[in-house]
Amino acid sequence: MATIQFDLVSPERKLASVVASEIQIPGADGDFTAMADHAPFLTTLRPGVLSVKSGNDVTEYVVTGGFVEVSGEAASVLAEEAMPKSEVTADVVNGLVEAAVAAAEGLEGDAKDMADKRVADTKALLDLI
Amino acid sequence: MPNLKDLKTRIESVKNTRKITKAMQMVSAAKLRRAQEAAEAGRPYADRMNAVMANLAGASAGTDGAPKLLAGSGDDKVHLLIVATAERGLCGGFNSSIAKMAKAKAIELIEAGKTVKMLTIGKKGREQLKREYEDIMIDHVDLSEVKRVGYANAQSIAADVVKRFEAGEFDVATIFYNKFQSVISQVPTALQLIPASFEAAEDAAEAPFYEYEPSEEEILSDLLPRALSTQVFTALLENGASEQGARMSAMDNATRNAGEMIDKLTIEFNRSRQAAITNELIEIISGAEAL
Repeated sequence: MATIQFDLVSPERKLASVVASEIQIPGADGDFTAMADHAPFLTTLRPGVLSVKSGNDVTEYVVTGGFVEVSGEAASVLAEEAMPKSEVTADVVNGLVEAAVAAAEGLEGDAKDMADKRVADTKALLDLI
Repeated sequence: MPNLKDLKTRIESVKNTRKITKAMQMVSAAKLRRAQEAAEAGRPYADRMNAVMANLAGASAGTDGAPKLLAGSGDDKVHLLIVATAERGLCGGFNSSIAKMAKAKAIELIEAGKTVKMLTIGKKGREQLKREYEDIMIDHVDLSEVKRVGYANAQSIAADVVKRFEAGEFDVATIFYNKFQSVISQVPTALQLIPASFEAAEDAAEAPFYEYEPSEEEILSDLLPRALSTQVFTALLENGASEQGARMSAMDNATRNAGEMIDKLTIEFNRSRQAAITNELIEIISGAEAL
């Protein structure tokens, strides 16, 4: 089966670099799955769960934002914050929700809508973990 | 001739100094390794970010809708100099070389009739620039409590800079830091942050034609602040590694100098001692002869 190189990097370190068969990614405008020979694609991320399937193993990460660059051979996720899902507890998510709410305060118009969406996305994480 | 007791205390004190500088050198060596690892670990992210931004920015440059962070405010009057130095001294010319470079730039800009503002990161640079430029310093970032510079630090600095830019406080922002080349060589570097400039890696392959979601402009305006944080973060990491490198070689020199000084003082001490003995003998012999 065709495979795709998957890299997950944060500004401080490289979190993962594996050869995967498919990667589910929470894109800003909806989830999508990247597989080998995907068309070149660049999108921002929304807070959500990213899952990497490599052979029979599935590894899941919680990401809060950043962007992903997909080409036929590789998918590189540049996340500002990413943690293995097993390490994420409700407390962590609540902290993120609080931060998102604080960031949304005092905004207007489009910026307010964006921030509200972020809050909703972050809250949705609670159900996923 | 200095008396023997003075010489002896002097030798002791230089020996103590040598012990301290030696210890500092070893501490820096350990810290340097960590700082270098951190700089190394941050590189994949920064490189990718740069490549993507270069690609995006290239496509959007010149169009009317280009974000201000990229296109600039359309003016070139007020310059913000961000001077990143260390929180501590005893690292050779590390702090002065950045301060000197920033100063030269400030003088050049002022002569050209521009307004200059300064933002300092790190205590040492502020101390050096305060005498002449205190009235144009708009802020100071204190990292002395921070053990290990994290992305969050860079993010808050970048967010602050962007906020000031959007409030129209300046038109051009440049960050000054030391680029780590090797333990003995750190290059003071000026990097223009706003309007943003991205250099694609030279060997970068021709970028494929990407599909963007949401639109290219939205991605660009979303990524620009992040790219800025990344650039600040890279600068801080490079600075961290450079500081330790500079301190290590400065302390190595100090240790060597202390060793040389000890040798010299020991020779002097021995000569004085011998002279004292000779003197005493002469006194005894001439005393005996006089009888």
